[in-house]
Amino acid sequence: MTRIRSTQMRSPLGRAVGLGSAKEGVEHWWRQRMTALLLVPLVVWFVIAVIGLVGADRATMVAWVKSPMPAMFLILLIIATFYHAALGLQVVIEDYIHGEGMKLATLIVMRLLCILFVLRGVLAVLKLAFAG
Amino acid sequence: MISDPRPLSPHLQIYRWQLTSVLSILHRLSGVALAIGAILLVSWLGAASDGPQSYAAFQHFMGSWIGLVLLFGWSVALFYHTCNGIRHLWWDTGRGLELKSVYASGWTVLAATGALTIVAWAVGLNRWGP
Repeated sequence: MTRIRSTQMRSPLGRAVGLGSAKEGVEHWWRQRMTALLLVPLVVWFVIAVIGLVGADRATMVAWVKSPMPAMFLILLIIATFYHAALGLQVVIEDYIHGEGMKLATLIVMRLLCILFVLRGVLAVLKLAFAG
Repeated sequence: MISDPRPLSPHLQIYRWQLTSVLSILHRLSGVALAIGAILLVSWLGAASDGPQSYAAFQHFMGSWIGLVLLFGWSVALFYHTCNGIRHLWWDTGRGLELKSVYASGWTVLAATGALTIVAWAVGLNRWGP
């Protein structure tokens, strides 16, 4: 059995898992980049679509959502946006709110709000797509 | 409380403004603004799904001065955060990190944000009519 040098602060398991002192590795960073990468084409699509809908009445807007691609992209946009927002806001909250209790409370409220907005948005798109 | 006599790091206002730090702060600021602005997107879809009356009320609000100012701010933040986000993704590949390219890409992001905002609003207002 290999002897662990006494200068090594990390346990063999810790080294194998490779999550570092933050205990979650690069997961947050990675998810932020993946949602960012997804959002670039979605934002381009959305801006062009919204400009196309300027001045449109509700019937035109609903007809647009009903055509399958917009409904799909809108749901993807809503989820990716609030996921990316939650990851970003988390870092801002961790940076500026110092009390542990207050920090945790703010994080919980922020995530809950993000989930609620995702549900409201996705349900709205589904209702428009299926009921009109 | 008497602080210990160790030297303090200079406060933020001591430093000279630099493009690099200003754009970094703007990225975070526009990100927070967009997180709040995303509520606008959900409100739009929610109003449409609630029915014609809600949609008319939403359209009326967005066409008002407050609505237009909000929309303008939202569009600038979106274009800036997207362009600078692409700059960040480019950095993440390990490229463009020399001081000269950092400044060049920074000015490019600002120019692109301005251009995209102008084009989007020119086309949008042209379609809107009044």
